[in-house]
Amino acid sequence: MKNLLNYWRLFSVFFKIGCSTFGGGIAMIPLIQREVVDHKKWAKEEEMIEYLAIAQSVPGVVAINSSIFVGNKVSGISGAFFAVLGVTLPAVVSILLILAFLSGLENNVYVEKIFSGIRAATVALVLITAIKMGKIILKGKVAYLIAVTAFVIIVIFNISAAWAILTGGVVGFLVYFFSKRRKG
Amino acid sequence: MQQYFELFYIFFKIGLFSFGGGLVMLPLIFQEIQAFNIMPTQEFSNLVALSQMTPGPIAVNAATYVGDKYAGILGAIFATIGVSLPSFLIIIMIARFLNKFKENQMVQGVLLGIRPATIGLLGSAVIFLSETSIFNEGFYSFEMMENPLKYISVPSLFIFALILFLSYRFKIGPILLTVIGGIIGVIII
Repeated sequence: MKNLLNYWRLFSVFFKIGCSTFGGGIAMIPLIQREVVDHKKWAKEEEMIEYLAIAQSVPGVVAINSSIFVGNKVSGISGAFFAVLGVTLPAVVSILLILAFLSGLENNVYVEKIFSGIRAATVALVLITAIKMGKIILKGKVAYLIAVTAFVIIVIFNISAAWAILTGGVVGFLVYFFSKRRKG
Repeated sequence: MQQYFELFYIFFKIGLFSFGGGLVMLPLIFQEIQAFNIMPTQEFSNLVALSQMTPGPIAVNAATYVGDKYAGILGAIFATIGVSLPSFLIIIMIARFLNKFKENQMVQGVLLGIRPATIGLLGSAVIFLSETSIFNEGFYSFEMMENPLKYISVPSLFIFALILFLSYRFKIGPILLTVIGGIIGVIII
């Protein structure tokens, strides 16, 4: 019975987090901290900072990663499952509703114009994100080189973006390996 | 049945190679959509716009969009499970060895190299998105340089510049900026 209650709480808290964050990613971090640490006391402040740092550095969506951490801590793997279900459900339902609504308007000339405008705005928004994140992450020549290489691999050679990520990982490993040898 | 497995496989791969948040996985999604011929590339920009405007992680919005378009609601569910499963496996494993993970210098070194690569991915997403909005076909071609007006949509270019300006000058958030883009689109396109 206690388990069921925990599952429900995990689901509902992460459902709330999933509903109130648009665009995802870094925007939901303060909310996750407030709900999990201050309100529910599922994790201590330092623990949560650790979870969030790891959630951002490993593959996958930050919100999903941190919901799994918290769910798993509160009530094991099933807890993690209910937390993920909560955080993803709003995203799934909202897109399904919009697509159902838009399917009746497919050839509407105004909808087409709205989307042309939105598409142009989106290019600007992604560029802004790239610049903002670039300022934080790109420090030093090696970092710039990795970023440019990744860009060239994808855009010019049209090779899968997964290879760009792997290349970055290999360079990171080599840098670690040689700096360790120099010290040792 | 095969299309469900395809969706699961595609989005599992995307979930596995996406570091640093939703927008970074856009080029992966774009390339897979092209490779599997799931939907017209122009729709990719719509997908990105709707994902930014709706609640929840962009990756899940995008998985739902692609899955539903390709194979209905069940497709959306398979794509969403695919994109979340790598997280599940990786985090449960890390949670078990939390201290070892934090102290492992090699893992940290690899992650440090991956981070700058994600900026390259974001940059490529800008190119892919501009190909289906600001530029018509013939992007990068000599014809475009000889006859730019034929290949560049001037109203779209204007909206692009305006949104950049509004963001830097007035610090307006992405949702409102997207709405502004749509409204100006109805008026001038």
